Amino acid sequence: MSKEILTTQDLHLYYGSKEALKGINLNFDEKGITALIGPSGCGKSTYLRTLNRMNDLIPGVTITGTVQFKGEDLYAPNADTVQIRKEIGMVFQQPNPFPFSIYDNVIYGLRIAGERDKEKLDAVVEKSLRQAAVWDEVKDHLHESALALSGGQQQRVCIARVLAVSPEIILLDEPTSALDPVSSSQIEATLLNLRHDYTIITVTHNLQQASRIADRTAFFMNGELVEVDQTKNIFMNPAKKQTEDYISGRFG
Amino acid sequence: MNSKVQNKIAIGVLYGIAGLVVLILLALVGYILVSGLPKVSWHFLTTPAKAFLKGGGIGIQLFNSFYLLILAMLISFPIALGAAIYLYEYAKDNWVTNLVRTAIEILSSLPSVVVGLFGFLFFVVKLRLGFSILSGAFALTFFNLPLLTRSIEDSLHTIDDKQREGGLALGLSRWETVTRVILPAAVPSILTGVILSAGRVFGEAAALIYTAGQSAPALNFMDWNPFNISSPLNPMRPAETLAVHIWKINSEGIMPDAKAISSGSSAVLVIAILLFNLAARYLGKRLYKRLTSA
Ligand SMILES: Nc1ncnc2c1ncn2[C@@H]1O[C@H](COP(=O)(O)OP(=O)(O)OP(=O)(O)O)[C@@H](O)[C@H]1O
Ligand SMILES: [Mg+2]
Repeated sequence: MSKEILTTQDLHLYYGSKEALKGINLNFDEKGITALIGPSGCGKSTYLRTLNRMNDLIPGVTITGTVQFKGEDLYAPNADTVQIRKEIGMVFQQPNPFPFSIYDNVIYGLRIAGERDKEKLDAVVEKSLRQAAVWDEVKDHLHESALALSGGQQQRVCIARVLAVSPEIILLDEPTSALDPVSSSQIEATLLNLRHDYTIITVTHNLQQASRIADRTAFFMNGELVEVDQTKNIFMNPAKKQTEDYISGRFG
Repeated sequence: MNSKVQNKIAIGVLYGIAGLVVLILLALVGYILVSGLPKVSWHFLTTPAKAFLKGGGIGIQLFNSFYLLILAMLISFPIALGAAIYLYEYAKDNWVTNLVRTAIEILSSLPSVVVGLFGFLFFVVKLRLGFSILSGAFALTFFNLPLLTRSIEDSLHTIDDKQREGGLALGLSRWETVTRVILPAAVPSILTGVILSAGRVFGEAAALIYTAGQSAPALNFMDWNPFNISSPLNPMRPAETLAVHIWKINSEGIMPDAKAISSGSSAVLVIAILLFNLAARYLGKRLYKRLTSA
């Protein structure tokens, strides 16, 4: 078995006094894709954002329990959120490239970290864009604004931007829900491409998508983790009645 | 009366009002230009004013206006930028922040005469800066700071929070996100705000009458040592600006061609401010385009 890279134990999250996560125990092995599914408002995004401490930005949030990345407590008092987010990157529902050129978007993290070597930066840009399966489409206008790209291309540039800082884990929150079917399947292909090298955790509302790309699927409901298993078990042979109801479209 | 008719009447009234505003503006600017432009010549723009004789120009006043504007901007822009970044990107929503905001609001609604008189008492008298460019620049800073801070805050507000999340999620610190992502993205709109406020500062008279003074001593444009009293760059010399000059001529001008000089100066002032506005629009759009497309 491959080893666990990220673990969450008894994770509770409160928005003010409202409990949005009610004690989540969920671990992730190195590499591969895990899909988080569940009805709207069940806490998928909230959970995902606890994994790179993006919830810290929301006032009034309280978190209890432990999240460990390679055995280190992400919420330890001396934990460095900036470093954490370099190792655990995130892609959002709405593509959010910076209003700069494609090239600048991809190397932004590195350049700010102080990397100046032009050759190295060029290499990283090409490698990241290739990994994100968007190189062929943008290689001739790397120095044009990323905002001029289609939504699907923008999203893949955003994935490349995350890859460029070489994270170990990539979190994606409904990365295809704002995109057309063709762009969505390109993103899916991109993720399948990356699953051998990165630990990928993606939220999706699209059950077919989960069944197509995910090695493992976790089903959330009302702030609780109902069930997690190999994707085919979740879809063919779920252990819990709620999962079965959700999968077969009886609610949600 | 049915709602369709009501709608038509309302639209008609609104069009009427909008038309009236445009008409008033055109008439005003038109009048100023028509009566002033014939006076404007290279000679008029470059020669010093004359107190008693015909044929004076506005050269020194024009230079003073620009010099004061630049100094005032150099002082107020960094402060306004810092304040806006703090207020918008960092400050928590608590009573201290609210107090600062309220203070800025009040400061921005102070009549500029009051700012001028305060400047007189504080900079000119108390700090013994005298009637000088420096006193004027400080008074203008007081006048400009609140407006500029607000306008930069508005510029920061136009940048989507998704950009901030994007920066932070990439492992940038908050400061890096602000300075390397948000500010560059906001540059076109910040620049527009700066130029527009420059227009307001350029036309300001009341705040300067008792601070930068109402006299324009002769300048030696060959002497660029700021420590010499006749150097244009000397910040301690009194410096009547164009707007103050117009006010002065109209209240106590005794040169024979006072009327014509006042009209000519007004035309120059209006043209300068129009240019500021056009430049703001043009540069803002250009920069925005450069950032967002090929
Ligand atoms: N910033 C916030 N402040 C207060 N409550 C919030 C906040 N964000 C989310 N919530 C609440 O927490 C619960 C979980 O929200 P979350 O966004 O994690 O759900 P989700 O599973 O991602 O839903 P969706 O599928 O619609 O994206 C919801 O009840 C939501 O109303
Ligand atoms: Mg969500």
